[in-house]
Amino acid sequence: MTLETFWFIVIGVLWTGYLVLEGFDFGVGMLLAVIGRGEDAAETNTRRRLMLTTIGPFWDGNEVWLLTAGGATFAAFPAWYATMFSGFYLALLLVLVSLILRNMGLEYRYKRDSEAWRRGWDLIIMVCSFLPPLLVGVALTNLVHGVPINAAGNFTGNLFTLLNPMSLLGGLTLVAVSLTHGAFYLALKTDGPVREKAASFGDVSGPVAAVLAVVLLVWVNIHTGDAASWIASAIGAIALVVAILANRVRRDGIAFLGTFLAIAGTVATYFLAVFPNVMPSTTDAAYSLTVHNAASSHLTLQIMTGAALVFTPIMLIYTAWTYWVFRKRLTMHVIAPQTDPLAPIDVPAHPAGADEATV
Amino acid sequence: MDALDLARWQFAITTVYHFLFVPITIGLSVVVAGFHTQYLRKRNPEMLRLSKFFGKLFTINFALGLVTGIVQEFQFGMNWSAYSKFVGDIFGAPLAFEALLAFFMESTFLGLWIFGWGRLPEKIHVACIWMVHIGTVLSAYFILAANSFMQHPVGYKYNAATGRAEMTNFVAVLTNKVQLVTFPHVLLASYMCGGAMVMGVGVWLLHKKKATIDRDMYRKAARVGAVVTIVAGLGVAISGDTQGKVMTEVQPMKMAAAEALYTTRDSCAEFSLFTVGSLNGQKEKFAVTVPCLLSFLATGSFNGEVKGVDQLKKELPAQIDAAAQQRGEPLKYVQPADAVFTPNIPLAYWSFRLMIGIGMFAALIGVAVLWLTRKGRFATPRWLVWACIAAPLLPVFGNSFGWIFTETGRQPWLVYGVLTTSSGVSPTVSAATVLTSMVVFTVLYAVLAVVEVKLFLDYTKRGAEPFHEVEQRSDDDTLAFSY
Repeated sequence: MTLETFWFIVIGVLWTGYLVLEGFDFGVGMLLAVIGRGEDAAETNTRRRLMLTTIGPFWDGNEVWLLTAGGATFAAFPAWYATMFSGFYLALLLVLVSLILRNMGLEYRYKRDSEAWRRGWDLIIMVCSFLPPLLVGVALTNLVHGVPINAAGNFTGNLFTLLNPMSLLGGLTLVAVSLTHGAFYLALKTDGPVREKAASFGDVSGPVAAVLAVVLLVWVNIHTGDAASWIASAIGAIALVVAILANRVRRDGIAFLGTFLAIAGTVATYFLAVFPNVMPSTTDAAYSLTVHNAASSHLTLQIMTGAALVFTPIMLIYTAWTYWVFRKRLTMHVIAPQTDPLAPIDVPAHPAGADEATV
Repeated sequence: MDALDLARWQFAITTVYHFLFVPITIGLSVVVAGFHTQYLRKRNPEMLRLSKFFGKLFTINFALGLVTGIVQEFQFGMNWSAYSKFVGDIFGAPLAFEALLAFFMESTFLGLWIFGWGRLPEKIHVACIWMVHIGTVLSAYFILAANSFMQHPVGYKYNAATGRAEMTNFVAVLTNKVQLVTFPHVLLASYMCGGAMVMGVGVWLLHKKKATIDRDMYRKAARVGAVVTIVAGLGVAISGDTQGKVMTEVQPMKMAAAEALYTTRDSCAEFSLFTVGSLNGQKEKFAVTVPCLLSFLATGSFNGEVKGVDQLKKELPAQIDAAAQQRGEPLKYVQPADAVFTPNIPLAYWSFRLMIGIGMFAALIGVAVLWLTRKGRFATPRWLVWACIAAPLLPVFGNSFGWIFTETGRQPWLVYGVLTTSSGVSPTVSAATVLTSMVVFTVLYAVLAVVEVKLFLDYTKRGAEPFHEVEQRSDDDTLAFSY
């Protein structure tokens, strides 16, 4: 295996990591609208706090997978990075805006005790958890579908070029899978009414995601697939079906693992189907960017390989440790009653005569 | 404006904005970690309260630093795709290292610190906030290594077959001599930001909470902040001085622009504190100058020669051409003979002075705070309260001016002497597209700034929470922290 192929696989793994990890926290974010609803405002708030607390220690680290996928593409395949990021400009702009607003929502929502403040950020979290999987799904599917690229390796289409039927289906599928993945995650991480509701939501969203995913995978495989990509798709599809069945009998762990593998199978299908291209050109196949013509020099790839081999295991260890530390299921009872983080503090008066030297 | 100008504006806006938060993140994380460690050692409740209090201010700030950083990484591909293709081989590696080594560490361990109260063994818990700090420092190292390559390209050769710069020596890229002076300078400047933040907040609360028993604690915070500000400030001055000499060597035009020095001075060039005039080399009306100081700043000797803009303008094109030919580069990246080789001189001149001036001012406030709170005193005269409200902003803006100087002083080059800024822009992205994203980000950033400043002030006003012993909780207890 050449280093170029190796780095192509690494980038596939990074995208898988991103979509399986941030996938569930996007799902939880979207599900605030469905599962995060109680009888009254107070219960709604407690539910949402519980849901957000399940992803609290993780979402920030999950997002770094995207940054790493971007950085690794920049370093290993500069031409791919340059063409993709300048070509998918407006879609990426929307992704960035969503991620910014969503992060602010997650960070700032609890920092003030006001119904209006929370409602505003909740809406932002829901919408901005929906847009990134939709847009990233569209963008990644376009990498398989092919986009107009000229002889100089530059993207010559516009935003509407990206909105072809296959890619739109890719976007919708990723939203549906993220929703299901998020629901299974909530079922796994909580107990009580939230768990119930999450699992029964998964009963409905799972089959919808499965139908979309199967149509998408068959389409992608017919478009550019080979034996290996068919196998990856089959594994992904089977995993999804197992996940749905496991959720029916409320085996949360297996259900979550199933959607995890389903996403991995889908990303693997994409990467296997497009290889050795990284961005096929619909203008002329000769203009396509491939792992060979888009790659960095051998030295850069070697250095990056060394770094990845040393530091990825370390990173995986402490990431896994975080998941271990916060492994416990959460219930509504462990969420402390809402208090005002900005309430004035009652501090006893200063005992007289202990200071004072003023100017 | 064309796509190039807009892309430059967008880069300037998003970078300066991002860098308002980054130095505070680096500086505050170390102070928070210090307070927390101190609590573990001495069991002084005040230290825990301060650690949690500044920890909250830290997270408000960290959130914005992180998200605006994502824009930075993506922007290279979106607006500067020709640049990304040309130098991706060298520039991409430190970026990928930054993500893999630093970002994961910062985010993961910050999550552990925030949610880990009472859940992690104490020592491991405090180690988490140190890991966050180490992550921020590593991140700074890699991103500055990438930037230093743009200031002084080393460790690469031009490959005529692929038409791009390719790495030949990664160690050379990471130990670029510009990097070795820039990293300490920026790191210390960031500590100054953290220190000034703690000092400013401390003095302000000392002033606000006249009648409470917490005064001892805020006095302590103010003094710690002042010490950090002064010590880091001295380090900033020393490293900045070294940096000036390296800069004069590798980018002589930048130093000439910093002084708006048009005519070469063969010895004892004076440094002007400020100038009233056009700075175009012709109509200087009035200037306050320090004799021989520029020579010292540039060369380390009061009698050193400092080349002026006019002479460099004649010399540089030939030098850059010769260097390019030596590397086997075609001259397509070097502009024709009538090209402008000078940056925007008034901008370089004033940003250089503002960087130094307001940084020094922050350190002076630190000295005043230490003096007025010496030996158990609590004096906070009105002028000091005002100065301390400004104190957190001074080093932050000093950093901004430093970056404006560094980046505009490099113009018209994107990679100094190798790639012009105009050759690096994305060829197929329209001006309308860049304008759209520039407007979107600018508006979004402005709104977020209002929200973040408001929250920051509210949390500052409220002051530190009362002391609660951190008890180890079982998994079924109420969480110490939930959203």
